[in-house]
Amino acid sequence: MQIITGSISLGLLWSIMTIGVYITFRILDIADMTVEGTIAMGAAIAAQAIINGMDPYAATALAMAGGMLAGLITGLLHTKLKIPALLSGILTMIALYSINLKILGKANLSLLRADNVFTVFENLGLSAANATIVIGLICAIITVIILYWFFKTELGCSVRACGKNPGMTRAQGVNTNNMIILGLVISNALVAVSGALIAQNQCFADIQMGIGSIVIGLASVIIGEVLYSRQHLMSKLIALVLGAVTYRIIIALVLKMGMSPNNLKLFTAVTVAIALALPVIKTKLHPVKISIEEDV
Amino acid sequence: MLDINGVYKVFLPGTVNEKIVLRNVCLKLDEGDFATLIGSNGAGKSTLLNCIAGVHSPDKGIIKINGVDVTKAIEYKRAYLLGRVFQDPMMGTVSNMSIGENIAFAVRRGQKRTLKQCITNTERDKYRELLKILNLGLEDRLNTSAGLLSGGQRQALTFLMATVKKPKLLLLDEHTAALDPATAEKILNLSHEIIKENNLTTLMVTHNMRDAIKHGNRLIMMHEGRIVLDIKGQEKQRLTVDNLLKRFGKASGAEFESDRALLY
Ligand SMILES: Nc1ncnc2c1ncn2[C@@H]1O[C@H](COP(=O)(O)OP(=O)(O)O)[C@@H](O)[C@H]1O
Ligand SMILES: [Mg+2]
Repeated sequence: MQIITGSISLGLLWSIMTIGVYITFRILDIADMTVEGTIAMGAAIAAQAIINGMDPYAATALAMAGGMLAGLITGLLHTKLKIPALLSGILTMIALYSINLKILGKANLSLLRADNVFTVFENLGLSAANATIVIGLICAIITVIILYWFFKTELGCSVRACGKNPGMTRAQGVNTNNMIILGLVISNALVAVSGALIAQNQCFADIQMGIGSIVIGLASVIIGEVLYSRQHLMSKLIALVLGAVTYRIIIALVLKMGMSPNNLKLFTAVTVAIALALPVIKTKLHPVKISIEEDV
Repeated sequence: MLDINGVYKVFLPGTVNEKIVLRNVCLKLDEGDFATLIGSNGAGKSTLLNCIAGVHSPDKGIIKINGVDVTKAIEYKRAYLLGRVFQDPMMGTVSNMSIGENIAFAVRRGQKRTLKQCITNTERDKYRELLKILNLGLEDRLNTSAGLLSGGQRQALTFLMATVKKPKLLLLDEHTAALDPATAEKILNLSHEIIKENNLTTLMVTHNMRDAIKHGNRLIMMHEGRIVLDIKGQEKQRLTVDNLLKRFGKASGAEFESDRALLY
């Protein structure tokens, strides 16, 4: 039971970044590596701000602003300087490693005695685990609702169109470069918030936090899509939250079954590789047979 | 309405693969002109349309649409003047947006995109009426993803989207070439109707000579980057395939035989 509640709460905190990954990977059709640096930056900014006496909610908002800036930089590298999207993200990610170290001042910053967004609810009488779930759920719901609204606006539709069909989007008079930048800014804002929440939840920020996070995000996106997603945009967004939670439950179960934590990243990477290769594997296993009788 | 003056386009300049695709192209379309554009594969028809639309920028020459010099304007900034339908049915619509959202997206061509709803309820009713023109039953499927439509349905929808906000110039690049013959004819007839009804200035590329002769009030033929024929008025109406083949031979000095199959 404890494993399940732990997984749910962690999954909810990671669901915010999962939605961020979905925006770049599925909507913009870009694998944005910035995420790996942004999640640690969100954690670093929030931790340092809280230690310096800032209100935890304001600190989380500050982390979000940092994430937006990171997304903006990747977006400018890609659209204005024409650096391929993957490389643009890697450049920002690497740069962020140094910046994050500067923010943290050292590799690891403890938040043990500081207030955080969860303690506010704990003070209301909720257990630590329940406070995490409540906050995680509130954040996830707000994110889903705002994004659902946004992607149904003229601007949001332009971002969606730009990822699927950039040529046609330009033909409709939309500046696709701006839409790519906007998508990256929103995505990294969410990822940074996620990092800020995770750091406050685990009571420390760590320079290594981001490593492999893009793969965790992708795994959650794919699990969500395969298990829960329907046609409707709202169901797609909710599926991402459920996907992130399910990913955490799977990981907890695998660990409980005795897999060494050292193998976790290997396990996740292999799972994602298989999931992404499924369409190819399917056609290899069941080649399309052309039957003349059926054609008639 | 369209004024192209001395346009050159060179691909891969300065390399061994350098190719002059447009050579001193001059073309004027008056308001309401419906010109068909034919020419063998590689003649530069798509490149010309892409230069007009701003996908490519010409290396020399001037392009004006509706009196506006757009030679240097980037693609999205001149989009408000143009309606476009591409050869590939996948290119004209956004597959993961609904039919209604696609139309609403096209209706806002050239407008600033804001945080207002991308499609309002009054628009929905309007678009249902609009879709009835197509006679494909799409009016009952406003919320269906465009990705679920057949090629013909998508081209019909794309055509509607290209013309719903009356463009100053309509560019059609072999927009029926990827469809089966029956569907192609249907879409072409529909195009003809909508163009006539709205008196749209149109430049339509086709690889089919008979279609080029049948539709429009002008026929333009390109060969190796040049416009070699521009037939209008009475002359255009009396045109036959044989007659056109002869005139092409004379104008271009080239043998037609190799191209014949492509042009039919
Ligand atoms: N982006 C490009 N880069 C290099 N060559 C191109 C490019 N686009 C077209 N071409 C070449 O220009 C020539 C004309 O192409 P195109 O305008 O598509 O011909 P058409 O539409 O008349 O068949 C062709 O030889 C083609 O290979
Ligand atoms: Mg062509």
